[in-house]
Amino acid sequence: MIAIGLEGSANKIGIGVISHPSSNKPPIVLANLRHTFISPPGEGFLPKDTAIHHRAWVVRLIKQAVQQAGAKVSDVDVICYTKGPGMGPPLQSVALAARTISLLWNKPLVGVNHCVGHIEMGRAITHAQNPVVLYVSGGNTQVIAYSQQRYRIFGETMDIAIGNCIDRFARTLMIPNDPFPGYNVEQYAKRGKNLVDLPYTVKGMDVSFSGILAAADLLAGQISDDVSYGKRLKSEEGDLITKEDLCFSLQETIFAMLVEITERAMAHVGTSQVLVVGGVGSNERLQDMMGLMARDRGGSGFATDERFCIDNGIMIAHAGLLEYQTGVTTSLEDSTCTQRFRTDEVFVGWRD
Amino acid sequence: MSTTNMASTASDAQPPTTPPPTQPLHALPQPFTTSNLEVLTQGAEALVYKTTFLTPSTPCVLKYRPPKLYRHPILDKRLTKARLLAEARVLVKCRREGLSVPAVLGGDWESGWLVLEWIGGRTVRAVLDEWVHKFGLRARDGKTSEEEVKRELDEGLMEVVAEEKESQEAREGLMRLMQMVGRAVGKLHEIGVCHGDLTTSNLMLRTPERKEVVGRGPPRMTVSAQREAAMSGQDPPEVIPVQQEETKETNSLEGDVVMIDFGLATQTIHEEDRAVDLYVLERAFTATHPAAEHLFQEVLRCYGESFKGAKTVLKRLADVRLRGRKRTMIG
Ligand SMILES: Nc1ncnc2c1ncn2[C@@H]1O[C@H](COP(=O)(O)OP(=O)(O)O)[C@@H](O)[C@H]1O
Ligand SMILES: [Mg+2]
Repeated sequence: MIAIGLEGSANKIGIGVISHPSSNKPPIVLANLRHTFISPPGEGFLPKDTAIHHRAWVVRLIKQAVQQAGAKVSDVDVICYTKGPGMGPPLQSVALAARTISLLWNKPLVGVNHCVGHIEMGRAITHAQNPVVLYVSGGNTQVIAYSQQRYRIFGETMDIAIGNCIDRFARTLMIPNDPFPGYNVEQYAKRGKNLVDLPYTVKGMDVSFSGILAAADLLAGQISDDVSYGKRLKSEEGDLITKEDLCFSLQETIFAMLVEITERAMAHVGTSQVLVVGGVGSNERLQDMMGLMARDRGGSGFATDERFCIDNGIMIAHAGLLEYQTGVTTSLEDSTCTQRFRTDEVFVGWRD
Repeated sequence: MSTTNMASTASDAQPPTTPPPTQPLHALPQPFTTSNLEVLTQGAEALVYKTTFLTPSTPCVLKYRPPKLYRHPILDKRLTKARLLAEARVLVKCRREGLSVPAVLGGDWESGWLVLEWIGGRTVRAVLDEWVHKFGLRARDGKTSEEEVKRELDEGLMEVVAEEKESQEAREGLMRLMQMVGRAVGKLHEIGVCHGDLTTSNLMLRTPERKEVVGRGPPRMTVSAQREAAMSGQDPPEVIPVQQEETKETNSLEGDVVMIDFGLATQTIHEEDRAVDLYVLERAFTATHPAAEHLFQEVLRCYGESFKGAKTVLKRLADVRLRGRKRTMIG
């Protein structure tokens, strides 16, 4: 069976074509295309502009994807699109495109939960059977484990998402958005060496990042060239603290928090496998830390590369096709979007 | 971390190999050695061992927080020290206030260990698991009346009734357990402490000590029956002291609730912190035992009655929940 997946819940539009040869063979990626809307430095992406971007790209990408897949429209069994969660306007523009091709090609629709898409794609690629999942992206921070037909949320952020925290931190320090703020923060962090104290807030399996942003505002003021040398922030050895040091400290602190709550969930459910999904999951330092933790527990850490952990259409096609194979479709009337759509609302009929 | 690179087909991807177990994972600080210790668990942040204290017959728990390799060493030291001290201080405070927590027998925050009183029993997590496993989670709307029982007995449905009765007893036992949990958390909050990591793994049901093993019942099979079985070439059946088994089972929900694992505890009387404590517990409940959600209502009910101000915490809990659900979730 073949599915096409349309993703556009944030600033990326992704179109993917996947084939599930038979129930016990691994899926085959036939096409996986993506285009990102990049906003100028110091600015975030606005829903309205993002929607315009997606509308401008969607037709082109669908055509290219189908062509690249070497498939005929008649080969496609189902059209999968992101129902939510995400930003309203971009979600809607992509859902509209999905509805249109559904009518045009006369194919059924399946609305997919974006988070479930990430999880299923991660499982398919890494072959991690039943891992604790850390889902980290611009809008999400969740520790998830599967139990009784649902992906249950064990821990999450009590305020802003990790990716949002990194992006806003980057904006405060005027770090560029291209290709994306998290990537640049990671590069800066590689050159940092002094650890600056930042708020570390873990409550059980939940975390909070808002204190970090407040601290970042203060710190950014203390490292600026406009400030006299005497008032500049210095390390214990008297070195001037740099942007690089702040990025380093940010990563060391927030990733340690994430690894800690993931470890808590692993201890609680009794598993030693962990899978990191979502855009922030492409951060190598986070992957390394997670791997070290898992190894310490006698298990292993899994991650996918940026083609699959950054938002993409393939994961939507894959998760949608899994659901379609259990006999579920979304009728045209129900093919709406929702900005809020919790991971644990989805009935996971395709797992034992 | 194994990053699997997937080329054009997913079948190219190989499952990353699990590194061979490299036990023991950590060297223990002086004066402990792995030889005189029994590993209990690798908890969320600590390695927990069972050992003895002063006399060989006094069991105790060694809780060792090894350096976390994934953490920056400065951050690691800071967190380990803060948590160990928080745990020791709060345990001492709780004991002074008469709460059920393990006593602190010793510790060293430089090398990261604490020795605690041994709590004989199981975690509430384990109790719930067992219950779910044993009885499933059917909703019970009507209670079986005496007459019905009698009628069913007459109709030869005795076995069914016996099982129902057992499950009814377990249900009542669980309700009592939930009440104890509610009151214990209430008491903790009342003395100005929030736990910070309230999960069912951090609540223990201490089994009451019993002097003797009660009722060694007759074996299931008579000696002659066993001999016959042996002669016909069958394996001799295990001799199970029936009554003892039963005694253990019906008593397995007895005991008192002991709170453990105070590394994230804070001394606070803020409603918000209290509500977050309950929220964390609620989520631990519903995430691991989805069908046991209704049990948690009993925890909240008893919590609400446990101290002045508890009712307002419950109101605050509603806000915290709503915040949780309302959080925008953008991919
Ligand atoms: N005092 C104790 N007596 C008996 N068992 C204990 C005691 N303390 C801890 N344990 C066991 O060890 C596990 C982990 O201990 P805990 O203090 O919760 O460490 P962690 O912070 O690593 O979770 C508990 O869930 C419990 O099963
Ligand atoms: Mg614990």
